[in-house]
Amino acid sequence: MPIKTVINAAGRSVPLEINGQPAIPFKGVGKHKPGGRKYSPPIPACSDYPDDGNKVVGSLEEALRKCGLSDGMTISTHHHLRDGDLISNKVFEIASSLGVKDLIWFPSASFPCNDPVIKYLDDGTINRIEGSMNGPLGRYVSEGKMKGTAVLRSHGGRVQAIQDGEVRIDIAVLAAPTADCFGNAKGTGGHSACGVIGYAKADYLYATRVIVVTDNLVDFPCFPMEIEGNYVDYVVVVDRIGIPEKIISGTTQVTKSPDRLLIAELTASFLVKSGILKDGATIQAGAGGTSLAIAVFVHQILKEKGWKSKFGFGGSTKYMVKMLEEGQMGFILDAQVFDLDSVKSIENNPNHVPYPVFNAYNYHSKGNLTSMMDIMILGATEVDLNFNGNVVTHSDGYLLHGIGGWQNCLHARNVILPIPLFRDRIPVIVDEVTTLCGPGELIDVIITERGIAINPLRKDLIESVKGSGLPLKTIKELKDEAEKICGVPQKPKFEEDIVAAVKWVDGTVIDVVRKLKTM
Amino acid sequence: MFEKITRFELHYQSDGKMKKSIAIAGNSGLKVRSDCEIMLELKSGEGIIIDLTSKVKALYGESIKRLIAEILDFFSVKDAFIRINDSGALPFVIAARMESAIKQLINTDLEFLPEFLNENLYTTTKERFRFSRLYLPGNTPGLMINAGLHSADGIILDLEDSVAPEKKDEARILVRNALRQIDFHGAERMVRINQGDRGLEDLHFLIPHNVNLVLIPKCEGADYIKKAEEVINSINKKFNLKNQVFLMPIIESALGIENSWEIAHASESVVALAIGLEDYTADLGVTRTIEGNESFYARTRLIVAAKAAGIQPIDSVFSDVADMDALLQNVLISKSLGFEGMGCIHPRQIAVIKKGFTPDQAEIEKSKKIVQAFESAKIQGLGVVALGSKMIDPPVVARAQKIIDLAVRLNLISGDWINEITSVEK
Repeated sequence: MPIKTVINAAGRSVPLEINGQPAIPFKGVGKHKPGGRKYSPPIPACSDYPDDGNKVVGSLEEALRKCGLSDGMTISTHHHLRDGDLISNKVFEIASSLGVKDLIWFPSASFPCNDPVIKYLDDGTINRIEGSMNGPLGRYVSEGKMKGTAVLRSHGGRVQAIQDGEVRIDIAVLAAPTADCFGNAKGTGGHSACGVIGYAKADYLYATRVIVVTDNLVDFPCFPMEIEGNYVDYVVVVDRIGIPEKIISGTTQVTKSPDRLLIAELTASFLVKSGILKDGATIQAGAGGTSLAIAVFVHQILKEKGWKSKFGFGGSTKYMVKMLEEGQMGFILDAQVFDLDSVKSIENNPNHVPYPVFNAYNYHSKGNLTSMMDIMILGATEVDLNFNGNVVTHSDGYLLHGIGGWQNCLHARNVILPIPLFRDRIPVIVDEVTTLCGPGELIDVIITERGIAINPLRKDLIESVKGSGLPLKTIKELKDEAEKICGVPQKPKFEEDIVAAVKWVDGTVIDVVRKLKTM
Repeated sequence: MFEKITRFELHYQSDGKMKKSIAIAGNSGLKVRSDCEIMLELKSGEGIIIDLTSKVKALYGESIKRLIAEILDFFSVKDAFIRINDSGALPFVIAARMESAIKQLINTDLEFLPEFLNENLYTTTKERFRFSRLYLPGNTPGLMINAGLHSADGIILDLEDSVAPEKKDEARILVRNALRQIDFHGAERMVRINQGDRGLEDLHFLIPHNVNLVLIPKCEGADYIKKAEEVINSINKKFNLKNQVFLMPIIESALGIENSWEIAHASESVVALAIGLEDYTADLGVTRTIEGNESFYARTRLIVAAKAAGIQPIDSVFSDVADMDALLQNVLISKSLGFEGMGCIHPRQIAVIKKGFTPDQAEIEKSKKIVQAFESAKIQGLGVVALGSKMIDPPVVARAQKIIDLAVRLNLISGDWINEITSVEK
């Protein structure tokens, strides 16, 4: 029997039930308030744990067995080891060898290195993934091959789902670059250092069972502890938790593409001329080549004008670190670090502070860091005429990216999307986004190499750049320009089957991804 | 992931008896973007079969196939197998590649011309600024699409050194289509043709498509300029075209330098002389250095010839695209010698070059004072011009006037600046 669907507040047809659980359709930004009390894990007793504090067991398999690994459980992992992660796949390899079925994998993100889990989706070990899906995994899901329905959440939405009990983690398997026998752990030190492991916070606080896996066991106490051993059941020591060169890019690089540099230059110029960039302005930009170029231009402007940003929010890169060190930024708050300079900085600079997404992005937290940011630089695979944004699917309908912190960051004061007008003939501005991830009311400015479009809702911004000489256009004009060059694309065809649900930051369903019709 | 098309054609060509029936045009490969490689095999009685691999197939697959079918029909090809490896080529690129493949197998004068953009229907003048001219390889469409956005004074689609010998024919067709389909955003539309007879043949692919200026490489005398002009005139006559096509000879040899005056005034169409230092230093058998002592004579000789003929002397390109400081130093030296522009090989160089050739505020202010002093001396009927305690000679006034004229043309100051100053003072 087909699942009942309704039209949500964003005009999208969404189901009232996902994976057998009731689902709440999107009600509008800031409208959903679930009430009740937060979910809590079972109450442990310290008398069940060794008096000497040594929780080390012989192997990951032993730890999983001791945690009672069984059919249908939800297993969580974090993505701080990025494409160098050696632990997540191992968990399912063990589960598969033990004949465990229908697990739910709840990663904070997945990377190409996780493609081998397709094997465990095929053999029934894993029922579904609730987390970001890239590359071949996204393709697998889009073609309708996964048994359960994927659930895509933002980084903040993941914390929200844990806190309001939508997702109950049975076992959290948390890789840690450094840990002690009690389970205290941190992201620095050892040969698999990733800087911070803040994404694991909700996991260790709320999971029924917690396993810390490390390749750098140090004497108690491992300090400063990002994971507190009092929440940890078992510690496993392995040879390697990750491949260092795939965990941290040795160095992040500003784009060399003249077109991207042009976009970055236009963005910096817009920030100055609109008055958004000013003394004290708080800034967040990502680690993509264009964002880095924007950071370099912004740094120059701050220097020239003698301004100082109060704080910047990471993922940090050497370009942000440079602003901090040269005095153009007061603090860096950081949920993740992207290069070696940033790792060094967060270890040594007291004004470079770990700041988990648990606090920064979470809908169930008493205030939101992102709404305190003045300048938010984000990307998108598609933006439509109503400024709605898509980050999970490509225009061809394939699921290819996770949401990351994107939805959470939309709450900043000025959300700016510097994006090329078309990529390899594929226009970025469309009539209607293939998948809705962020409502247009939260997206303020689109900056392309061929012009800048300001959301008509932001009358103040439109007013601020009048007569500035910036190439201002309507979003429709930009779309028409792209289509004149590229031609009007045909639309991908979908079947009725829902392969993934896209959650809004508050846990409601903003859109779904349907199975792609393949010829 | 693209499978590289095996180049059967060589096999066929080596067999003298076999008529060539397979052609390949375009580029594919992991690093290739916005291009496509098309293999065409003529068949008999099997109709048209298209095998398309494309990263944009889900979005443009049908339109690519329709375009291919339309072109085949245009050239009356009824039976053929076509394999396309596409990395997001725009329609004008696909059309150029398809036409190139067809023309390797079929003798025809027909041309499948994409629509000519109205935006590109402009002419330029002899005096316009040519501070920065951006070179683009003529067979690399990915670099052409956004070239107009970088505000260069001119954009050069290059058919000469940046195109591999075996790709020369297909580059012509691509450049022709680019002249019709890429919005140059007001930049002067330039093409560098090949040397010798091939260069003269190139003109047939350019002149009917509103090229504003043709660069003539390795120019060594007035003869070639006259020949090129004859070909251009005959094409203009044939198509009943009125637009002026300017010429910019590039001097790249000792003989060329010796003949620079002859070249500079060979024709009214010659609006600038450029120097190519890589080839020039090679011709001399010396190493090109940053200081440039080895080419000092050549550069100044060319500048004098150009100035004597009333045209613009243009400096060679600066090849370190990462070092903007060194580029600016280079531009300032260039300007101090008398050059009025420089070639660019990367869009990031454009702004630096423009900045270097633009008079700065101090220069403008000083020139204003000199011109003003001259004007007021004239009104007062004084024979001698003085600024403070300094006497000013007529050539100093003339130089100041040139800087002022340049500043006015660049909109840095108003054309009526002198009256504006006086009215403020009143």
